[in-house]
Amino acid sequence: MNFHALLDFGPLQQEFGTVMKAFWGTIRLSLVAGVGSLVLGTLLAAMRVAPTPVLRTAGALYVYVFRNTPLTLVLLFCSLGLSDTLRLQISNDPGTNGFWLAAIGMTIYTASFVCESLRAGINTVPLGQAEAARSIGLTFGQSLRLVVLPQAFRAVIAPLGSVYIAMIKNTTVALAAGYFEASAQMKQMFDTYGGTIPIFLGFAIGFMVLTLPTGFFFGWLAKRLAVAR
Amino acid sequence: MTATRGAAPAHRTATTEPSVLFDAPGPRARLRNNVITLAVAVVLLFIAYLLIARMNQEHQFSGKLWKPFTQKDVWTKQIIPGLGGTLKAALVAAVLALVFGLIFGLGRLSEHKWISLPAGAVVEFFRAIPLLIMIFFALAGPPAIWDAFGRTLPPVSAFLALVIGLTLYNGSVLAEIFRSGINSIPKGQSEAGYSIGLRRGGVLLRILVPQAVTAMMPAVVSQLVVLLKDTALGYIIAYNDLLNAGLRVVSGNFGNIIPSAIVVGVIYIIINIALGLVATWLEKRSRRSRKSTARTLSGAAGAPPAVGMGSAGMGAAGMDSAAT
Repeated sequence: MNFHALLDFGPLQQEFGTVMKAFWGTIRLSLVAGVGSLVLGTLLAAMRVAPTPVLRTAGALYVYVFRNTPLTLVLLFCSLGLSDTLRLQISNDPGTNGFWLAAIGMTIYTASFVCESLRAGINTVPLGQAEAARSIGLTFGQSLRLVVLPQAFRAVIAPLGSVYIAMIKNTTVALAAGYFEASAQMKQMFDTYGGTIPIFLGFAIGFMVLTLPTGFFFGWLAKRLAVAR
Repeated sequence: MTATRGAAPAHRTATTEPSVLFDAPGPRARLRNNVITLAVAVVLLFIAYLLIARMNQEHQFSGKLWKPFTQKDVWTKQIIPGLGGTLKAALVAAVLALVFGLIFGLGRLSEHKWISLPAGAVVEFFRAIPLLIMIFFALAGPPAIWDAFGRTLPPVSAFLALVIGLTLYNGSVLAEIFRSGINSIPKGQSEAGYSIGLRRGGVLLRILVPQAVTAMMPAVVSQLVVLLKDTALGYIIAYNDLLNAGLRVVSGNFGNIIPSAIVVGVIYIIINIALGLVATWLEKRSRRSRKSTARTLSGAAGAPPAVGMGSAGMGAAGMDSAAT
């Protein structure tokens, strides 16, 4: 009997530096994809409520396609399709190139969820607000920017938090696109040391350290910025 | 989620009518709209052109890359079995996840701390960590643990690892959906149950669960869509699912990554939209039949965005608030 598979935290200590680097890869990807998907998602949400039918249709089509496609396929399409087959190179350095391909895939995928959350938020803004905005002569763009979206954003902070937590967890799938992050490191350690409980727990806790504070932060923000009606 | 608010629904469905955000277009606005339409169309066509030109440049439209999809064998021997693998994993995992969710959801509602606390811990743990690392652990963990006790275990199959991972993650999300569904039933219902002499179990099974089921059906179906989408993670551990069939088997034979990805993507989209329509239909139905559904406290029962955990999962959660 040897209980190393149950109790031995040695591998995590030995490779501590690499593990931290792997988690930094996760964080870096999350940050870039988070900002990217917020921008793209807001743009899509604006398109989906716009007066121009063509914008609405394009926005709706985008959301339908990317919400219903598995993330694994989106990321593989970025790496195998865009990069390997169509030879779209963002950078000559393969590492940087891989990072940006993964970031693009995560952004494209997550933006559809951000868009849908925001649109749900726009629906919570009372009719009177938009009517008042129109009656003082604001255009569509102005009423969206100055009246509706600020309230919509505040209403969807909690759901957006859920989207971002899911996104942090989803960055693990980027290993399918060849990007090195925490789950890739865990797989590598499983291959070297076997699938021991300590290694699994170490990585699970690592992810909880990322997701739990994110959840608390968004919960706090949602409460703090709640629209009093 | 936020979908149920007084007068809103009638407005939201009206897309060509003047919306809340803008007036019915007059002559100038119509002109402006047409100009914007033209500009947007040009931009979109330009993007499409760039992509298509690039694909053309790399010979992605040559017939030999697309021809496999007109052959019967490619469908019957490669794609359909892959689709079967996806559906099999999704079906088994869905049944197990529902059972898991029911046990842990009700367990968390228990009045005994020694049941509710562990159940809550399990649910929150599995919701907080990525599905993929669970699948990896399900694949590599059991043999290593058995080894520690001096026994050998045959390797866990990719199918089993995928099902275990999907069950634990989606089961935990479902547990939360069940819990919030039951919590959304007004307190008077259970008080009435107690007052006619039912015990805790009776109140739960005869009063609360039947009323909660209809309210949470849409959220449950949405989660099952997520589960189906997540089976695509099987590709990473080389389980022969639809994605694997398209991107490894077919494109391995014919060297047609992009056509395969497009065909596989379309199949996924069709299946998921069909399931999404079921969710929408269920939601409409449960909204209509007030007889069997208790008035819930917080609108439609969905997966609650509990502190620190995402209910958005890998996929289409919040389907209930989306326009499907």
